[in-house]
Amino acid sequence: MTERASEVEAGKFRVAVVGSGPGGFYAAEALLRSDASVTVDMFERLPVPYGLVRFGVAPDHPKLKQVTIAFDRIARTPGFRFVGGVTIGDDVTVDELREAYDAVVLATGAELSRPLDVPGEALPGSHSAGDFVAWYNGHPEFADLKFDLEHEAAVIIGHGNVALDVARILAKSADELRQTDIARHALEVLAESRIRQIVIVGRGGPAQAKFTAKELRDFLELSACDTLVDDRGIGPDEFEPQISGDQELAEKLSLLRAFSRQTATRPRRCLFRFGLSPVAIKGHGRVETVALGSRSGAIEEIACGLSFGSIGRRTTPIAGVPYDAQRGVHANIDGRVTSGHSVIEGLYVCGWSKRGPSGTIGTNRGCGMATAEAVLADFAHQRTRSDAPDALLARIASRVARVVSYPDWMAIDTAEKRKGAPLGKPREKFVTVPDMIAAMGA
Amino acid sequence: MTYVVTDNCRGCRYTECVTVCPVECFHLDDAMTYIDPENCIDCGGCAPACPVGAIEPDYRLAADKKFWIDVNRKRAAETPVVSARLAPLPGADERRVALGR
Repeated sequence: MTERASEVEAGKFRVAVVGSGPGGFYAAEALLRSDASVTVDMFERLPVPYGLVRFGVAPDHPKLKQVTIAFDRIARTPGFRFVGGVTIGDDVTVDELREAYDAVVLATGAELSRPLDVPGEALPGSHSAGDFVAWYNGHPEFADLKFDLEHEAAVIIGHGNVALDVARILAKSADELRQTDIARHALEVLAESRIRQIVIVGRGGPAQAKFTAKELRDFLELSACDTLVDDRGIGPDEFEPQISGDQELAEKLSLLRAFSRQTATRPRRCLFRFGLSPVAIKGHGRVETVALGSRSGAIEEIACGLSFGSIGRRTTPIAGVPYDAQRGVHANIDGRVTSGHSVIEGLYVCGWSKRGPSGTIGTNRGCGMATAEAVLADFAHQRTRSDAPDALLARIASRVARVVSYPDWMAIDTAEKRKGAPLGKPREKFVTVPDMIAAMGA
Repeated sequence: MTYVVTDNCRGCRYTECVTVCPVECFHLDDAMTYIDPENCIDCGGCAPACPVGAIEPDYRLAADKKFWIDVNRKRAAETPVVSARLAPLPGADERRVALGR
């Protein structure tokens, strides 16, 4: 028996996964299911897991959130430990992790909203869509944000699924949101919203829109909002698919064409605009208009009290991890973190922090598996560790208020569900870390 | 709603769908894969992953393909879950080319 084979059987391979969203869970799953005997410690900054499934997926998409059943199953696999409430970079460095673990897999997502880079972006009333999403989903770091919905018009810049989430949440009545897991503070503000017009602008034509037909179909179901397409600046043939056989595109264009023939009868309306790029956000002391450049070069100003930039996200750089500024991810080649042309041994990446913010939840499963394959292949020339995971975890425990385990999270989960039940909500989320910690002992 | 595997899968069975399914709702027999509608969360990850375009959301199926909804439901209940990608069936690549994919 080779030395490596004996180590595999003894279960000596220790992997740290950083981040507990889909990317992290699916990398953990692939590692734990492999023939090699691997244990996984999953680090998470917050006391609660699931990443964007908890803080990104819209509250009115409960079926998608059922994916957490799969995450919980992965978490119950022998060899898995959740290490919550620990921030990489603050409480422990990446180098410390690399010294204690055979491999460190970064699954840190894409938390930073890309700026529009136009004048006036810092005006009050100008927001990034990502902040709004994190706010209505009760992310502790965003729960204190203020969104002034006392205005009648909002402009959303971007034609992706996040833009549609923001539009839909603004378009829905409080009654349509009341029995979701939306954060209470957000429901209270949205219930008093005076928004009547939501304009969703994108630089391309209908065929270039990045949102999916499925997200667009949700607009057929709105009770208090009509959905319209203003076809100024686009030709009638732009609603016709140029490639036959693409059912997804055909459906999307057919929905948009139908919306372009709609008349408005309900109190709110969502209006899609195409071929417009933002050039400035203007106003005296706060947002009053968004100035947009059309394909012809003409500038059009749309009056609004609120604007949301929704043109993508990038990964937060981590100290000690090379960053690919162009792609907005940790520098990597197929999941192995690289510095220049050389691979940094024992350091990997998966999910959005590997390939950027695209695809569905399931895309991250294939992505996590691919990174896990790289990790497993590299075990053949295992590095020498100078530290042990349990020694490091003991040191970390002395640095943070409380290390949160998966059973601790389950206690938070139970408390949230109990709190939501009388309101008809699947859960009432705790939106501060102290409240989450308090629920563990309850 | 749910996503549904249809006739293009028969004889190919690439199983790229299995890799990207976040909830392991794919089942299979000797001919093709099936989606368990009870477990599918409508994420839509599988449809673009299929090399032969066999997977569609139920509402988008043409009238002559609607019967696949019942076939998926029935066969998913009768067949085992497939949790990892398998090699495609022999002749799959030729069939894919014949399908114009």
